[in-house]
Amino acid sequence: MLSRTSLLNIKFVLNGELTHVEVAPEETLLEVLRSKLKITGVKKGCGEGECGSCTILLDGKPVASCLLPAAKVANRQILTIEGLARGQDLHPIQEAFLEAGAVQCGFCTPGMILSAKALLDQCPAPSQDEIRQALSGNICRCTGYVQIQEAVQLAGRKISTS
Amino acid sequence: MSAKFYLTPASVEECLGYLTEFDGKGLLMAGGTDLVFKLQSGKEQAEALIDTQGIEGFDQLVFNDREVVIAAGVTHGQVAADKRLIERLPAIAQACLSVGSPQIRNVATLAGNVVSAQPAADSAIALVALGAEAEIVSAAGSKKLRVEDLYCGLGKSVIDPTQEVIFAFYLQSPQPGQGNAYDRISPRNALCLPLVNAGVWLDSEAGRITAARVVLGPVADRPFRAPEAEERLVGAGLDDTQAFKEAALAAARASSPRDSCLRGCTDYRKQLIKVLTARVIARAAGRAGGNV
Repeated sequence: MLSRTSLLNIKFVLNGELTHVEVAPEETLLEVLRSKLKITGVKKGCGEGECGSCTILLDGKPVASCLLPAAKVANRQILTIEGLARGQDLHPIQEAFLEAGAVQCGFCTPGMILSAKALLDQCPAPSQDEIRQALSGNICRCTGYVQIQEAVQLAGRKISTS
Repeated sequence: MSAKFYLTPASVEECLGYLTEFDGKGLLMAGGTDLVFKLQSGKEQAEALIDTQGIEGFDQLVFNDREVVIAAGVTHGQVAADKRLIERLPAIAQACLSVGSPQIRNVATLAGNVVSAQPAADSAIALVALGAEAEIVSAAGSKKLRVEDLYCGLGKSVIDPTQEVIFAFYLQSPQPGQGNAYDRISPRNALCLPLVNAGVWLDSEAGRITAARVVLGPVADRPFRAPEAEERLVGAGLDDTQAFKEAALAAARASSPRDSCLRGCTDYRKQLIKVLTARVIARAAGRAGGNV
């Protein structure tokens, strides 16, 4: 049961580690991740849930952290882009994005990769339509999306053969 | 003013207790995808935020021969992915799939969408077409209202989220001879409000339509049922495309979409309504006749 006082002490698993943080009732997960926990791979784009740059995985599902009250993630699992690589070893999806030329300014990339991860976890060999639908909540100003789609297909092949 | 309290009731009784305690200054939060933005922009304020996601029973999605129950905590994503709904109640599955993006659908609830009372809300259009009822609980007791009766003005719900909680939506389980469909026209495939949307439900016997619900948005201050279109359809054959076109024309004439620089002028949107409604009626009729 959460405390009824103004600040709540919540715990959740962040990138595999149990994390404790104090949050205000109206504070969003985006604000808490970036300002309090210094997880700055999560980006603030529009702040309205319409660009996808703040996407994180909540219990494996992509959500917009700018619209999620931080208090909602108590006792749950959060994955941000920081949780993908193992030290200097990139995750196959990160490798694929680089190899396919799917990263230009990089601002959409963390959210894009996490949406791709959620898709590939459920569907290891997605079709073009499935990729487009899964990434439909992530907007990119730079690439024109074709390289991103190719990156996701490449990532699927890498994961299957690893 | 920022909220001072964040509460997570485990039961409906506990939730109602908080609503009573905060006496109009407590706001219910389901997924929060509408409310968080309104709080940040100052359009809403509350002393206490009462998160309903943990309430027992709020995540149930029941599908049996008698009824379909979509509890208030069920998300658009859950409905869009439910194979039973995709097959038997495709109107609500398709409507939920149309909303926002995967990120929004994974959190946003149908109950929250209905209480936000926007006339183009995809899930609401489908719920009205399917004749859904909402069970509403308050300190005064429990009542069931049709979703189409939950509106009292543009963006205004008869439900007071400082006093009342939607517990679940109840839909009739689809029967032989019935068909339902939903579609929308929008500039993009995601993260986009519809220019127009339409939900249709038909009942039939021996190849003739016996009852119809034709629901359109955003053409009024609420999901709009077009009685002239519905009357034209009753008695028509399930393959009577001429009747579908006439019903769609009647729907377009009866609707009042606003002139909008962003979303299209009235004449254009009425033309879209005529085309879309005929398409959705035909799809529902095909399903009623057993042709997917």
